[in-house]
Order: sequence, then structure tokens, then C-alpha cells
Amino acid sequence: MTDQDLCIEGVTKTFGSFTAVDDLTLTIPDGSFFALLGASGCGKTTTLRMVAGLEEPTAGRITLGGLDITRMRPYKRPVNTVFQSYALFPHLSVADNVAFGLRRKGVSKADARGRVAEMLDLVQLGQYGSRRPAQLSGGQQQRVALARALVNNPEVLLLDEPLGALDLKLRRQMQIELKRIQTEVGITFVHVTHDQEEAMTMADTVAVMNEGRVEQLGAPAEMYEFPASAFVANFLGQSNLIQAQVTGQADGHVTVDAHGNRLAVPAGRCRVTSGSALLGVRPEKLHLAADPAAVPQGHAAVGGVVTDASFTGVSTQYLVRAPWGSELTVFVPNSGVTAPQLPGAEVHVHWAPAHSFLVGS
Amino acid sequence: MAALLPTAGGTGAPVDAPPASPPAGMRARRWVPYALLAPGLLWLIAFFIVPVWQLFAASLWDPNGSVETGYAMTWSWSNYATAWDMFHVQFLRSLWYALITTVVCVLLAYPLAYAIAVKGGRWKNLMLVGVIAPFFTSYLVRTYSWKAILADTGPVVEFLKWIHVLGPDGRLLATEFAVIAGLVYNFLPFMVLPLYASLEKLDVRLLEAARDLYHGPVRSFLRVTLPLSMPGVVAGTLLCFIPATGDYVNAQLLGGPNTQMIGSVIQSRFLVVNDYPIASALSVMLMATILVLVTIYVSTAGTEEVV
Repeated sequence: MTDQDLCIEGVTKTFGSFTAVDDLTLTIPDGSFFALLGASGCGKTTTLRMVAGLEEPTAGRITLGGLDITRMRPYKRPVNTVFQSYALFPHLSVADNVAFGLRRKGVSKADARGRVAEMLDLVQLGQYGSRRPAQLSGGQQQRVALARALVNNPEVLLLDEPLGALDLKLRRQMQIELKRIQTEVGITFVHVTHDQEEAMTMADTVAVMNEGRVEQLGAPAEMYEFPASAFVANFLGQSNLIQAQVTGQADGHVTVDAHGNRLAVPAGRCRVTSGSALLGVRPEKLHLAADPAAVPQGHAAVGGVVTDASFTGVSTQYLVRAPWGSELTVFVPNSGVTAPQLPGAEVHVHWAPAHSFLVGS
Repeated sequence: MAALLPTAGGTGAPVDAPPASPPAGMRARRWVPYALLAPGLLWLIAFFIVPVWQLFAASLWDPNGSVETGYAMTWSWSNYATAWDMFHVQFLRSLWYALITTVVCVLLAYPLAYAIAVKGGRWKNLMLVGVIAPFFTSYLVRTYSWKAILADTGPVVEFLKWIHVLGPDGRLLATEFAVIAGLVYNFLPFMVLPLYASLEKLDVRLLEAARDLYHGPVRSFLRVTLPLSMPGVVAGTLLCFIPATGDYVNAQLLGGPNTQMIGSVIQSRFLVVNDYPIASALSVMLMATILVLVTIYVSTAGTEEVV
């Protein structure tokens, strides 16, 4: 833990009887690209606004580099925000928008002009300084908003769904661009988004929020491979979750009974070790075999009937109805190794136990 | 800077290439805009252009004529000098009163409009009705009622005497205060409504952005709220200043000989003294002055810069 870490300690925010953020504790390391991921209404934007000072926590404490900023006025905090709506000042030119905070920080006029020009170059808008925001496209406005916040060289940059209003292609480009800028300037970025792919692409650390709490926090790959809960398993990518009952433990494995099938999960991949649970496997970790003899040694397998096959180019997505009635999703890469299955075919769905995980139901 | 961003939008504003020639159906309907303009245009010609022209002509009539003997057109430009010599005190006083009225109206209306627009919540509409409510009664009747409010034995005077702001013989009626108070009262809604309209459109997220960018409440107001509400301020000051300059009801009912405004002078020149040339010259001077002042004001206020 270095000096400039942003710490949120036991923060709660209620609006009337609604609890937006519920006893949240987070440490956001200095210089990291941190994503707060969640569906709308999960409290991620409220958390961001409390860090910005636009909302005051009902309880708890926020510190930045050891300094308590919980009740500090927003205009005194070394924190800047890129707003979802950009909130550019329509009566000011692009250059004046970017210089807006700088002049208040006591930067001289000449210095400010230099830094504004530099920052506009960084976001590829060098030629647009004299334009009004209304004369720019959405993507350009977004970059002005970014420049306006970054030029102040804040300790922490807060991004509130900054790419939400852009079309898909532009969003992809801006994701790469934002990540590049973050690496270049080394400022802590706290990025709020509901787009799990965006969070995973950009952030070093992702906190998945649900109902005002953090469900799981970690590196994107780590969380994807071993989600902490059924919510995370479904929110980050897709998961097949099979209702199961823990029956015992042996040889470093937890054995479960899933609708009459005895299956094993490595003990290190189990969030629960007793009672009822959900056994999860990612669709791309499932394989199909027409012949039970083709199921590799040590793989877990269940039988089923293909109900749907949709070809998406890089892969084929199958829906396989298991004997207990629910459907499993299977992604088979289009590598030409296996022959395609047709709806109605009887198949065996199998996977390596090391790819499965067990979470509470 | 290694990776390059797409310079979306290219060189700037989208350019719509107009079609080479309008389709036949559109060409046939070119008269439509003129047809839509015609009624209003005819009305203005008949009831604005012609009377103004007549007024201007009357201002150059022979000053020695009378209603009985008739007026000869003698191109007497000296009427303007005469009018100025006789009434420049009332003329300048009118502009001065109108200016004070406008300033007081801005100072009273801005916080009111701001409160209604930003903090009004569900009471917004009710408060707006409150602002407009005086219009349900005639202007004259309302001004008369101010006469009662400010009367020598009325509650306001009694109270001011009691706290020794006014001496034992002090009065409010027939003072500058009464005239300006009446003007402010009557023109306040014309200031509140345009201000409300521009403040209501104000995006509160811009204020959050200003706070985020190190601007405290006062600076946020000066650099964001105020500039963005300038169209309302300009519209309100015009709606206040112009009619207040020419107003004669307030000066007539609430004022005295020393607070006479140019409106009263014009009215009495026309209808009491029947001195048409001087009355017309005063009217034309008033119109021209207001036109010049408004032009200077609007071009310096720079509202065209506000998107």
C-alpha cells in the first residue's frame, strides 16, 4: 500500500429508505486502472460521486493518500471527473473548457495555454481549440471532457460511463486510447461501467458491484476463471450453472450430486463445501462428444440432446438439453476438428473438472 | 503520441450538398411562404408603418398651427429643438427611472426566477402562476391599489414613520420612490418569466462539472450560471426598460409634478394641449433613443455567443 491509495472505508449512502451503497470497503491502489462494474442501480455511480464530493456519504470514510476527504468540498479535492453526459460548457470554446479548472489552480495564463494545447494534442483535438462543443461529434466531445479533467493532473481521475454514448466501433477505439493514456500519465483511473467487456478490456482490477456491495474484486482473468458467486459468474461472461448437492470430500476434490450425476470439483475451486451449491462451467470450456468412448479419461460428462445450433463464424453455439430439463450452452470453436452436430443429436457434454467451479446457490 | 485516434468529423461541420435544382413540386409552391407572411405584413403596414410615418410627418408640421386652423407641412425641424428645450428634464428622467426600474427588477427577479427554476420542485407551476397572477387584473387598477398602499395614512407610511425612516410630515406618494416602486411592481413579471425560461433550461450537471473543476458556488455562478442565463437577462431587461421608459400611468397616479415622465408629457401634449407637432417630435425622439440604446445594449451583451 503506497501513500496515494484511495481508500473507501465502510461507506454507506442512503437516499430516504433506499440504500444505494451498503457498507462498502475498497482500496484502489495508486496508479491503477480500476473498474467499478455493475448493472444500473447497483451503487457504482453513487460511489464515484462520493469520491468526487458530489454526494456525501451517510456513514464511513474516504481517504486519499491518508488525507480524509469524506466531507471535503468537491472543488477542493485533487480529483476530477469525466461525466457521462460530458457536461461541457456550451458557452465556452474547447480550449476554454479545457482551461476551466487550470486557471483556478493558479496556473499562469501562458502556462495554461501551453498545457491546454498539449492536452488537446494528446486527445487528437489540436485543431479544434477554437470550436464550440456543439460543433463537435460525440466522440470528440468525449475527448474534450477527458482533456478537461486530465489537464489538471488530478490524483485520481473518475470516469462515469464515459463511453456510454458512443457507437460500438468508436467505443472500442476509445477503450484502447483510454488505456494508453492511463499508462502514459500514470494517474489512478476509476472507471464506472455496466459493460463487462469494457471493464475486462481496460482495467487491472475490477470490482463487481451488486445492490450496493462489492460481490467480487480482482483481476479480470482471475474473476472470470473463478467467480465468487452465481451473480459474478453470470455478470462476467456466460456460465452454465447446474444445481448440485455436496456429498463429500476426497483426494482434494469436492464431490457433488447433480441431478443423479456424481461430479467432482477440485477443492481449490469451491466457494462452498457443504449443502446445496451451483456447479459452474464456462460454455467455451464444455466439449461435445457423439460417442461416450470419445470422452477423455478424467473428464466429467453428462448426456443430452442438441436443441439448437447457431453458427457464429468463429464458433458454433449449441444448446444441449440435459436429462433434468435445463439447457447447457456450449461454444465449440470452428477449428475444423469436430464434425458439426445437428439439432436432435444425442451427445455427451464433457469438461475437465479443473475448469468447473462451485459457488453457493 | 503513437496510436492515433480517428479524427471523426473530419474538417468540421457536416456539409449538406443542396440538390442541383429543386423538384418541380417544390418550385410550384414558392409562393407559400409569402402567403403565410402576407396577413401579418399587411397588418403591420396598416397599423404600424403608416402611423409611424404619420407621426414622423406630424413632428415636422408648422408649430403655429392648431387643431382648429389645421397644420401645414413646413418641415420644421426646429420642433425637435423646441421639444428638447422644453422637456429634456422629463425625457432624461424617464430614461433614468427606467434604468433604475430595470436594475431593481433584475436584482429582485433573478433570485426569484432561480429559486423557482432550480429549487421549485413540485411547487414550480404554482409559483409561476403566482408571478403571472397580477395580469388577471387590469394594469390601471393594480396601479391604483398602489396608491392606497403608499397613501399618506396607509400602513407603509405609518410603519416608516414609526421606525423614524420618514419624518412626521413625510410621505411616499408623489415621490420618485413611489413612481419607481410602481414601475418595478408592474414590470417585474416581464423580467421573471424570461429569466425563468433560461434558468430552467440550465443543466445542473454543468454546475457539478464546475464544482469538480475547482469552482466554488460563487465562481460557478459567475462563470456558468450567469453567462448561460444571459439570453434571459437580455430579454427581461428589454421587456422592462422599453415599456418603462414610455410609461405614464405610474408617474401619473403615484407621482407628482417633480416626477413627471415623458409619457405623461406626450399624453398631455397630444390630448390636453393639442400640440401635435411637439408631441410627435417627443415621440419620435423617444423611439429613436430607445432604438439606439437597445441596439448598443444587445450588441455588447453578446447573446449571439450563447448556444
